[in-house]
Amino acid sequence: MMDAGRHPNIKLLTYSEVADVSGYVGNFKVTVRQKARYVDATLCNACGECEKVCPATHPDEFQMGLSTRRAVYLPFPQAVPSAYLLDMETCLGTNPIACGKCAEVCEKQAIDYDDQDELTVIEVGAIVVATGMDVYDPTALDEYGYTRYENVITSMEFERLICAGGPTIGHLIRPSDQKTPMRIGFIQCVGSRSLRDGAGYCSNICCMNTVKDTLLIRDHYPAAECSVFYIDIRAFGKGFEDLYDKSREAGVKYIRGIPGEISEIDGGNLRLIVENTTEQRMETHEFDMIVLSVGVRPRSDDASIRRLLTLSTTAEGWLMESHPKLKPVDAPTKGVYIAGCTESPKDVKDSVTQAGAAAARVGALLNAGKVTVESITCHIDQEICNACGLCVDICPYGALSADKKAKIKASVVDAACAGCGTCGATCPQGAITMRHFTDAQIIAQVDALLAEKSEEKVIVFACNWCSYAGGDTAGISRMQYAASCRLIRTMCSGRIDEDFVLRAFREGAPVVLVSGCHFADCHYIDANRQTVKRLYRLWKYLEKRDIRPERLQLEWISAAEGPKFQKTMNQMEELRQTVTAEEIAHTVEVLAKEEEKKRARRAKQAQQRQSAETEVPAG
Amino acid sequence: MTTELPRIGVFICDCGSNIAGAVDTQAVTDYAATLPGVVASIRNKYTCAEPGQQEIKNAIVAQKLERVVVASCSPRMHEPTFRGCVWDVGMNPYLMEMANLREHCSWVHGDNPKAATAKAKDLVASAVARVARLQPQDEMSFPVTKAALVIGGGIAGIQAAMDLADQGHKVYLVEKEPSIGGIMAQLDKTYPTMDCSI
Repeated sequence: MMDAGRHPNIKLLTYSEVADVSGYVGNFKVTVRQKARYVDATLCNACGECEKVCPATHPDEFQMGLSTRRAVYLPFPQAVPSAYLLDMETCLGTNPIACGKCAEVCEKQAIDYDDQDELTVIEVGAIVVATGMDVYDPTALDEYGYTRYENVITSMEFERLICAGGPTIGHLIRPSDQKTPMRIGFIQCVGSRSLRDGAGYCSNICCMNTVKDTLLIRDHYPAAECSVFYIDIRAFGKGFEDLYDKSREAGVKYIRGIPGEISEIDGGNLRLIVENTTEQRMETHEFDMIVLSVGVRPRSDDASIRRLLTLSTTAEGWLMESHPKLKPVDAPTKGVYIAGCTESPKDVKDSVTQAGAAAARVGALLNAGKVTVESITCHIDQEICNACGLCVDICPYGALSADKKAKIKASVVDAACAGCGTCGATCPQGAITMRHFTDAQIIAQVDALLAEKSEEKVIVFACNWCSYAGGDTAGISRMQYAASCRLIRTMCSGRIDEDFVLRAFREGAPVVLVSGCHFADCHYIDANRQTVKRLYRLWKYLEKRDIRPERLQLEWISAAEGPKFQKTMNQMEELRQTVTAEEIAHTVEVLAKEEEKKRARRAKQAQQRQSAETEVPAG
Repeated sequence: MTTELPRIGVFICDCGSNIAGAVDTQAVTDYAATLPGVVASIRNKYTCAEPGQQEIKNAIVAQKLERVVVASCSPRMHEPTFRGCVWDVGMNPYLMEMANLREHCSWVHGDNPKAATAKAKDLVASAVARVARLQPQDEMSFPVTKAALVIGGGIAGIQAAMDLADQGHKVYLVEKEPSIGGIMAQLDKTYPTMDCSI
């Protein structure tokens, strides 16, 4: 911490938040709001005189509310920067100044009641998101009585009670009578591995944290008895099993089973009922204090950062990486990297490792001095664009801009465009060309694949990252499936224009499948949500024209889902066999007529556009 | 739409027996030669190997090829290889297209060589139709601001900031709380070393 504070290359902006981000990989402009501290950190020498005279108190956040701090305070003794701040919510008041004692005693005259938030704009080439996680609040699990029984505490509160820098100077006491508890129970997986309160995942760190806690207790109080109630003890890291062994050798009891209820008995002691699943019997245990080994949750307050950097999350709320195996610290947004618990629950070592990886990835970008971007980006034909702004609304990267009211036509920042192509599929005017995945290129593929014996084929549109890769996985595993499918690769399923699907049907395809990444896995944040919208429109369109909508299928297949790819291709073949020659002939006829109508409409529009242009006087 | 088709070369890979074991690659090669724009259709044992790549390069020069289709494995595997190959003799890398005859065909239809061969022909036809319409693309380069922002001053943020700063880069470390340290600073000891967290 101190090293970071005094490193000449690091500028610390504490008590600060990212207020705005613009730009793109290599060239971000970031606005940071530094909140008013009311104490000039450059003048404050942390002498602590102000704190001594401050009359206002507040629960100390650092000590988990187990003690109090003053309105003017140092967050904790080793804080970096080592400077006080004034909590204006708690302060007796500065307008008019009701107290003013801190300012009176401050020799450095560092107290400034008129301090204000400050906005700073910084320019950077890359961004590392390391916003961390929240600790689970067990209030909702009423059976454990966290809010009813004083001697039920969380593992975070335990940390402060056993810490020499804590409110009890490291003497372990229980809250109800300040006596040292000699019988301590730990309950694992509180807020983890249970769908009851929304977290089915393992929080990764709690097992080993409890093992550590039991060793600390046995070290400080050799006569204290500890029991741990668990589902599994997950001690898979280097040296972890040794630590677990040490804890058992030290006499800590490990009982397999998650308690159903805690109740308070005499004198603040606690009784717990548990099904011991090893012995297969119900047991009751009594303790002086119970520690709830709470899990971790995604941060609840980083929504604005996610929005500003267009980051997506898993269903649980952890930040998505660009690729779970091959790009684990790259965010899907170019130039943005992720590290630590914001990506998933992890311990100190894994956080440090991931941070090092993120720094290396940033280093590679910064050291190169320039960034080369694959040219699969969109191009907007200014002649055709009518400034409707639809593309701006759906671009997952905010790479497009236009103004409908001011009739400013759409334009794109190439470096920000990731190339999903969903704008190209959305533009009602056909003004957007996706480089390397143009309409003409994709339609040529559709036509070529259906040139002969079209009735025997299933046209599959597959996104590069997931479903096409799922096909590769099936291949690598030699999974045999029906040979009727013909894949057309696009970068994202969001690129699949309604016209491509209709073209395939018009050329005689019995079945068309659109496939993409699962929702949370979309490599273009959420472009595949546009895919779904388009499919719904298409189903309606087909139904209206008496074409069986189920001949158009949608399936999400991840890169790892070889078996699903295999199964899907076989299902498509089964479906294909149900499509009759008459059905196909009807479809071809109906859609050919529609195409003719559309062509006439487009020709008319083009004519109108031309005549409108000639009417505008030059200059 | 192009009225005059570019000169296309198609390179069909046996991949040893990986493709040729299920797909009649000679039949596909003969078929490819009949497709619009194709002026060279060449079968190879291993197209990705040095002699295979050399054959592509030679054909580009000798036959004045303007587009290349490599019908071999997944582009997710060897697209960079063949883009580099054509670039070596001055062809824009975006004018090379792949047909996936291995992962998407021979490996998954090994039990049905006839259907596999028919599908392989289609995949090549699709790639030829596409490649004829591809346009050269220039990759874009932008200068990079040599500084980084780290959001979050917990252990991960501090470590990332330190590693970057030690590399000589300017780092801005933004922390929401009045001090850096994060949740780790609140811990007493940390496993597995059982030492102080601050």
